[in-house]
Amino acid sequence: MAMESVLITKNLGISFGGLKAVSNFDIDLTEGELVGLIGPNGAGKTTIFNLLTGVYQPTEGTITLQGKNVHRKRPDQLVKMGIARTFQNIRLFKHLSVLDNVTIACNFQMRYSLLGGMFRLPGYWREELAVKEKAMSILSVFGLEMYADTLADNLPYGKQRKLEIARALATDPKVLLLDEPAAGMNPTETNELMNTISLVRKQFGITILLIEHDMSLVLGICERIIVLDYGQIIASGLPGEIVNDPKVIAAYLGT
Amino acid sequence: MTKKTLKSYAVNLIAVMLLYGTMVYLSESGVLSRYYSGILVLVCINIMLAVSLNLTTGCLGQIALGHAGFMSIGAYTAALFTKWLDLSGAAGYLGYFGGLILGGLLAAVFGFIIGLPALRLKGDYLAIITLGFGEIIRAIIENMQFTGGAQGLRSIEQFSTLPVASGICIISVGLLTALMRSRHGRAILSIREDDIASEAAGINNTYYRTMAFTIAAFFAGVAGGVYAHYIGILGAKNFNFSKSVEIIIIVVLGGLGSFTGSIVAAILLTILPELLRDFENYRMLVYSIALILIMIFKPSGIFGRYEFSLTRAITYWVDVFKGKRKPFAALRSRNNKETED
Repeated sequence: MAMESVLITKNLGISFGGLKAVSNFDIDLTEGELVGLIGPNGAGKTTIFNLLTGVYQPTEGTITLQGKNVHRKRPDQLVKMGIARTFQNIRLFKHLSVLDNVTIACNFQMRYSLLGGMFRLPGYWREELAVKEKAMSILSVFGLEMYADTLADNLPYGKQRKLEIARALATDPKVLLLDEPAAGMNPTETNELMNTISLVRKQFGITILLIEHDMSLVLGICERIIVLDYGQIIASGLPGEIVNDPKVIAAYLGT
Repeated sequence: MTKKTLKSYAVNLIAVMLLYGTMVYLSESGVLSRYYSGILVLVCINIMLAVSLNLTTGCLGQIALGHAGFMSIGAYTAALFTKWLDLSGAAGYLGYFGGLILGGLLAAVFGFIIGLPALRLKGDYLAIITLGFGEIIRAIIENMQFTGGAQGLRSIEQFSTLPVASGICIISVGLLTALMRSRHGRAILSIREDDIASEAAGINNTYYRTMAFTIAAFFAGVAGGVYAHYIGILGAKNFNFSKSVEIIIIVVLGGLGSFTGSIVAAILLTILPELLRDFENYRMLVYSIALILIMIFKPSGIFGRYEFSLTRAITYWVDVFKGKRKPFAALRSRNNKETED
């Protein structure tokens, strides 16, 4: 596989007033890589996700996605360019069906106009059918196809987490950012999730950056780990190196 | 298009044509007196207003208190247009429809303008902005020469007979329903559900918020045009704050996000005050008590988010008829549960 860089950040940083939440953050994600981002609470992990997805604008540094600078882009524009994410506390469209949750993420891939939808012109039928098929095939990867008509709110917790990943995948991302995908899951569910993440990466061929506190998951599937503390990278490397790094042990892992 | 959807479209089309046929028959045969068919025209207008407001308040989740403002723009535009044309007969109707579209479009332009601050404001703040906007429109109309000022606009041709008004109402509701079941409608719903998640799903929140406001204003404008050509005399006072509140009460009572609810509530709340005319003194009292009771026992409105589907209802009753399903099984099991507790 060609080792092409997909997402590069250089000297990325953001300050809130006098507080430097993140500074000098450099990463280089290559195609198809699965990287873990770990660190103690308040280290700035989610802030980095918010920077990468355009929720916050960086006060310094640059983000490059597939060779394109993404300066001053809105979150929805970044999604169209290929960065998708999930949230730490699940954010589904609760009162909509599972299928709708996924088709909404395909919205920007459809072209038919407002009047085309109102008057049910041919484009509506063609595109809606194609998107429905696509959504169902993504749902079936996660074993959710039988819940297509269920309200998202009525799904059990583990399946809601999966649905959120399915929704992110429906945007055809190059890079997928997962914010604590295993939070609140029991060991069995975590194990299942690990398998799903590996499967997704293989099947969709995307780069994944994930934040996680569950070290069994991080060590189990991540090829590379970046450790963050006080908004700065304190270590990065292979899982084996990270767990033995004295700085990481002092800041996060403990003895 | 699958066979199932084709069948369901056919069923709905037949039902709508039957409904419309009944309306035409009722008004043409003289079964209904002028008074009753007038009430039905008002019902149609209120349905259009409620369903269009439901698009912003129910589906997008933003409370807007200026709907009467959009209605008045449509009403005055359409009325001035037909007065200027001064046609009658078939050509008059053509001018009337042109006036409705023109009124709708002008209202949509204002809807777009008022939708812009809506990008920055939410909830109470937006409600106050829209309230202020509605009052500004009213004040302008009251003080302009060409709108007839405080005296109002008189002798507007009464084109809005029951067949015409009910036809426009059916088409409007049909278009709005189709909109909500297209990609644009889903995008609007997703913003209500979670605006951070919708952005993360690639939805341009700004674009769709403005779109919802603009479309709602368009249909309110059309409803205003129908109203102007029903009532014959326009005064700015017809479109004051209490008119906006009246519409929002219909929407909330019917259920935020349910078009079925808006339609049923519009019918109830237009007919109820008329039925209570015999008890003139207690009319508003009964009306208010009915509202309070419904809000206490069903705060999500009569229908919540439920939408009636004719196809679903037919399949259900066919199953019941064949003995595959017991009628009201869901209701019964719920009642049983309550007695068990």
